[in-house]
Order: sequence, then C-alpha cells, then structure tokens
Amino acid sequence: MASENLTASSYIQHHLQNLTYGQHPDGTWGIAHGAEEAAAMGFWAIHLDTMLFSIGLGILFLWLFRKAAKKVSVDTPSGLQNFVEMMVEFVDQSVKETFHGKNKVIAPLALTIFVWVFLMNLMDLVPVDFLPHLATLLGVPYFRVVPTTDLNATLGMSISVFILIVYYSIKVKGVSGFVGELTLQPFGKWMIPFNLLLEGVGLLAKPVSLALRLFGNLYAGELIFILIAILPWGIQWALSVPWAIFHILVIVLQAFIFMMLTIVYLSMAHEDH
Amino acid sequence: MNINLTLIGQAISFAIFVWFCMKFVWPPIIAALEERSKKIADGLDAANRAERDLELAQEKATQQLRESKEQAAEIIEQANKRANQIIDEAKEQALADGKRLRDAAQAEIEQDVVRAKEALRSQVSTLALAGAEKILGASVDEKAHSEIVEQLAKEL
Repeated sequence: MASENLTASSYIQHHLQNLTYGQHPDGTWGIAHGAEEAAAMGFWAIHLDTMLFSIGLGILFLWLFRKAAKKVSVDTPSGLQNFVEMMVEFVDQSVKETFHGKNKVIAPLALTIFVWVFLMNLMDLVPVDFLPHLATLLGVPYFRVVPTTDLNATLGMSISVFILIVYYSIKVKGVSGFVGELTLQPFGKWMIPFNLLLEGVGLLAKPVSLALRLFGNLYAGELIFILIAILPWGIQWALSVPWAIFHILVIVLQAFIFMMLTIVYLSMAHEDH
Repeated sequence: MNINLTLIGQAISFAIFVWFCMKFVWPPIIAALEERSKKIADGLDAANRAERDLELAQEKATQQLRESKEQAAEIIEQANKRANQIIDEAKEQALADGKRLRDAAQAEIEQDVVRAKEALRSQVSTLALAGAEKILGASVDEKAHSEIVEQLAKEL
C-alpha cells in the first residue's frame, strides 16, 4: 500500500521487494527502487531489512537465553528458565539421539538454528501489511519482515553448515579420508570420475536443499498471506486465520527440519562409511 | 531474488550467534541441568540408603528388646531364688534363736530353783531350830547345835 494507484501485481511485487542498499550502475550509493534497480546492483548490495530482522531476532534469542543462563538455578527454576531449559533439553535430546561423537559445537549450533530460524519464521505471522506500512509512513519504501523468505538468509546459514561439514570431515578423517570418501565409493577406484560426480552432487545438494527447503516453504507461505491480503477486507480473516494456524505448524516444523538435518549432516561428517 | 552481500552478512552473524550461544548460553544451562539430575539421583540414593538403615535399626531394636526381656526374666528368677534362700536362712536363724532363748530360760529357771531350794534349806534350819527351841522349852545353845541343825538341813 505504498502508493495510491495500486494494482494487485504491483502490490505483490512491492511486498516481495527487499530494502536493498548498494551502488547504482551510475556510481551513486543508495536504496534500490524496484526489482530492476536492485538486480542491477549485482552482488555488492545488501538487504537492510533482512539483516535488521535476522540480527535483531538473533540478539533477542541470545538476550533471552543469556538472561536465563545468567541466573540459572538448580533448585528453583523460574518461568523463563523452565522454558529455556525445555528448549535446551529438547535440542540436547535430538542431538544425542542422532550424533554419537564428542563435539561441543553441534548442540549449541543446533539450538541457535532452531530458535533463530523459528523466530525468523515467526515474523511470517505478523500481518503482512503492519510493519511494511509502518515503514512506509517512516519513509522506508520497501520492508520485508521475514528474513527466511530471503534466499540470502537461508543460503547464508546453509553454507555455514556446509563449511562445518567439510571442516569436520577433514578434521575427523583427514584430507585423504575425505577425498577418498568422495572418489572411492560407491564403485571402487576404477570409477573415480563417476564416483566424484555422484558424491560431489550429493555433497553440494546438502546445503542447497537445506537452504531451498526453508526458503521455499516460507516464501510460499508469505506469498499466500500476501494474496489473501489482496482480497476484500471483510473476508480476509476466513482465509488468513486457517492459513496462519496451519502456518504455526509449518514454521516450527521447518525450524526443526533445518536443525535436524544439520545434526544429521554433521554426524555423517564424523562417521566413516 | 538476488544473491548478494546479504548472504555473507547472514553467514557472519550466524557464526557470531553460534559462538555466543556456545560460549555463554549453552554451558551454564546444561551444567545446571546435569547438576540437577545428579542431585535427584543422589537424593534417591540417600533415600534408599536411609530405608535400608531404618530396616537395620528396627531389626537391631527388636533383637535388643528380646535380649533385655531374657535378661529381665533371668534377673527375676535369680531374685526369686535369692529371696527363697533368704527366707530359709531367716527361718533357720529364728529357729536357732528360739532354741537358744528357750535353753537360756530353762537354765535360769533351774538356777532359780536351786537358789530357792538353797534358801529354803537355810530357812528350814532356822525354822527347825526355832521349833526345837519351843519344843524343848529351853534355849539351846545355838553354837553347839548349829552343826547338828545344818547337817539336818543338808539332809532335807
């Protein structure tokens, strides 16, 4: 609802446009107005809204959990501590069931992924026009509030996970072990190129599928919320309420899947085949 | 949908968040959880131990009670025995005392009898003399006749 002459497609496009800061082709720096301008900025541009919300939610998560961790009590846990303990225990349980090695990173990593992704997904349940409209009133032309509907955010996480996969593979099995894993199976040493192709695709598919799954689910969900928001205001609730309720399931599930797959991939990296 | 610098920014913030979580959030909470589970386990252990101790103590108490009952019975028996003994001794003593007293009394009585006889004898001699004096109508020389009278008295 940024302008008066509003059509459905421009409304949708407006909602799917990130607040992109970068260098225009003519050399000036600034906010991109419209998808073409943003695309023209190339790689060296940044989505301010995605960064703001993801970092803000990450800090919210850490602040909340740190607050509970600082005055953690063994005998009389308070309300916040109960909640935090529940989450920690849940994640710890999931990690212990899947990952049997010794690694101090995986459990906190899984907790961070689960809570952070969940919080970012949760922004999807904020009515689609609230925050963008508020931002428009403050003079900000574009505002996407759900960081996980930005492929950059999900890829950023999944590539970090990918780096960890490669790092631990090499750390546990050594360079030769890792290379051997990529080249000597499943068909033995006479089929090395074919093995490498197969395993390489398998390895690269991990971060890509991880990122695309989360992005796809949340993007689709967001899109449907936007489509519902185009409908006449009197009947919007009839569709948005069931979709939002269903979406509560989706956002938790997607956060859980991202966490679980990260644990599984990292535990695979620790194991010899 | 552009891939741009946001990706790297996300990766960096993700790394920082994970590091912070690993450093400052996870350890204290998990330590508290572990400590609590240890505490609970210890508590259950202590409860079990206490139950066992209680059982043992009860057993001991029962045994001691039985022992002391036995001891008491023994003591009572001994006391009864001793009492009987004392009674018997007392009876014997009393009998002996009685006998002794009776004997003494008897001896005294006999002595008294002898003494009375003696007194009577002396009186008889005097009486006999007085009677003889009256019968003879004359005074008898006491000195001359006392020997005879005494002889007489002895014969009585």
